[in-house]
Amino acid sequence: MIYMDYNATTPVHPEVLEAFLPFYRHHFGNPSSIHWAGRPAKGAVEAAREQVAALVHCDPAEVVFTSCGSEADNLALKGVAAAQRHRGKQIITTSVEHPAVLNTCLYLEREGYEITRLEVDRDGMLDLDRLEAAITGQTILISAMYANNETGTIFPVREIGAIAARHRVYFHCDAVQAAGRLPIDCREQQIGLLALSGHKLQAPKGVGALIVRKGVKLHPLLHGGSQERNRRAGTENVAGIVGFGKACEIARGSMVSEAERLQGLRDRLQDGILANVANVQVHGHPAWRLPNTLNLSFLGVEADSLLLNLDLQGIAVSSGSACSSGTLKSSPVLAAMGVAPAVAKGSLRFSLGRENSEAEVDHVLQVLPGIVERLRGV
Amino acid sequence: MVKQKKKRVVVAMSGGVDSSVTAALLLEQGYDVIGISMQLWDYSKSGLEAGEQFGTCCSIDDIHDARRVAEQLQIPFYVVNFEEEFQRLVIDDFVAEYFLGRTPNPCVRCNQWLKFALLLKKGRELEAEYLATGHYARIRDDAAGCYQLLKGVDPGKDQSYFLFTMTQEQLAHTLFPLGGMTKPEVRQMAAKYKLRVADKDESQEICFVPDGDYVRFLEDARGTGQLSGRIVDRAGKVLGAHQGTYRYTIGQRRGLGIAHPEPLYVIGVDAGRQEVVVGTSDELYSEGLWASAVHWIGAPPDSPLEASCKIRYRHQPVACRIIPQPDNRVEVRFIEPEKAVTPGQAVVFYAGEVVLGGGWIDDKI
Repeated sequence: MIYMDYNATTPVHPEVLEAFLPFYRHHFGNPSSIHWAGRPAKGAVEAAREQVAALVHCDPAEVVFTSCGSEADNLALKGVAAAQRHRGKQIITTSVEHPAVLNTCLYLEREGYEITRLEVDRDGMLDLDRLEAAITGQTILISAMYANNETGTIFPVREIGAIAARHRVYFHCDAVQAAGRLPIDCREQQIGLLALSGHKLQAPKGVGALIVRKGVKLHPLLHGGSQERNRRAGTENVAGIVGFGKACEIARGSMVSEAERLQGLRDRLQDGILANVANVQVHGHPAWRLPNTLNLSFLGVEADSLLLNLDLQGIAVSSGSACSSGTLKSSPVLAAMGVAPAVAKGSLRFSLGRENSEAEVDHVLQVLPGIVERLRGV
Repeated sequence: MVKQKKKRVVVAMSGGVDSSVTAALLLEQGYDVIGISMQLWDYSKSGLEAGEQFGTCCSIDDIHDARRVAEQLQIPFYVVNFEEEFQRLVIDDFVAEYFLGRTPNPCVRCNQWLKFALLLKKGRELEAEYLATGHYARIRDDAAGCYQLLKGVDPGKDQSYFLFTMTQEQLAHTLFPLGGMTKPEVRQMAAKYKLRVADKDESQEICFVPDGDYVRFLEDARGTGQLSGRIVDRAGKVLGAHQGTYRYTIGQRRGLGIAHPEPLYVIGVDAGRQEVVVGTSDELYSEGLWASAVHWIGAPPDSPLEASCKIRYRHQPVACRIIPQPDNRVEVRFIEPEKAVTPGQAVVFYAGEVVLGGGWIDDKI
């Protein structure tokens, strides 16, 4: 079995598993309890907060644990929109954001906010001049992703942060795909809010975080107890948070070397496909791209047929974005990049990670061209 | 020793009892089974709110059921999205036919253009030898390299009517494992395999009109207030008014709103003149029909032949004489006058158990 769908989710790192299992087996206490049972739980949550903060360079007090990346994005957008509505009602975002941002913006639009969606170019790249021109006196928030989940294209986050700071507008960055893969520095990059997801960086599912920098005002989504400094009520997912912290620590140590290794594998895969299969188009920015991501279209082939055939041979990749029933719809991200629907229909995403090896890449290169050729003949 | 490769079959799984048993049977027979559900319809477009009950052949709950059955059987399961094709090839035609004064049969078209075309192609792409469905019909290889389509053995469930468009190529790559079984036997098999859908209800006939209100569906598609006009008798005498010819189908008795000594039935729908023609029960009968786009499963006949025919799904076959005409048309003469010949419905020809072919009814004679 070969897993090349790390942008969808990642297997839990063995050290992460070891770190959080005691919090299922033994340390069951509620972090809010002051007695012997609660104290280790509280301590572990706070240690994890420091580990997360260290990965993205912010203050531990700025970390708000959530249940997932989508919750973090919802909290950022709805929370800021509610807290800032007296200042203005315009939110600027891009046309290639994750549904957690796009659909939250759609909701806010129906609630009376004005959403400006910036276009991207053929490589999925944002035009900074257009971003700056879109800012008005009514703008309260810029929401732009760090790296795109489908194509891997990386936005110029530092420049976006500078523009936002210059205009005194909050900047929310959805860094779900970037965290643990690229260096992130909330201070230097002037990021006001940053969304993270545990399971994309080898932590378990069911935990995420929103970094809310000091001075950023937002309303909570969940009201209740005073957990997370009144910004997110609900008893903490202690084991998940512990695992998330450990995963951030591991990523901080191995990120640079792992990125180099994955880029090597990714390029080997890309070069191998381009050399052995005709009529292939690579999507995403040639240079500014996540080191693990390869999105390409096999012209004349439907991606889901390709995906199903690879799956039957034990190779897991993805295509487009899955909808509720598990079918594939043609990708709005590729459409926003101006990719013709017929081309987008044949787009497949390989996203590599820790357990992938050169031998696996070579196995895919052995299997894939034959499948494409056969499908083109059906 | 070379391991014998199992024959691969794709089962069209709807989440119902029939297709679930189909998958279980083939698995037991040693096939390499892959389950596929077709997503045909975007449920969010339906007028019904989320959470409302609607069991149809393509609702999201049914795809969920199919997935759970596949998990139970431990076979790979996929959902393919044919929404765009279903809209274009089935629904658009369904709406257009009603507005032409005809009564369409979307299930035949879904089989013809989706199941045994697109899904069969998906199966070939997955290197499957066969596509299997839960239809109650049988396929027989007549040893001369020619495939025959036969009725299912359960007379109450026989679905061969919906399959008359099948080509030799499609028949060669299709399996109907339930064709030799009765519905109670299939239910028993479902219970034997402990399939979670064993007690599930039958699906409705038109999957994309879950509440059965096809008039509302048509008006959602084209707007209200169209093709309204007069209700007339055969002599042209005006008996009343109606709010759209698409609301009427041949043989319909309800919704006419006319006081008349004898019961009146719709005997004709003229979308061009925006008229609904009514008559007595006697006037519903006709001597025969014209049909076009005729498809023959075996070799097309070059001279008139005696056979039987069904002019709608729930119809006992009646004796007839089929007179081939140019351009894939036929003239059909009933031996005894037949009631409610309905343009837009399929006429399917049988020689006993064997489906000879069929076509689309254009007019009565």
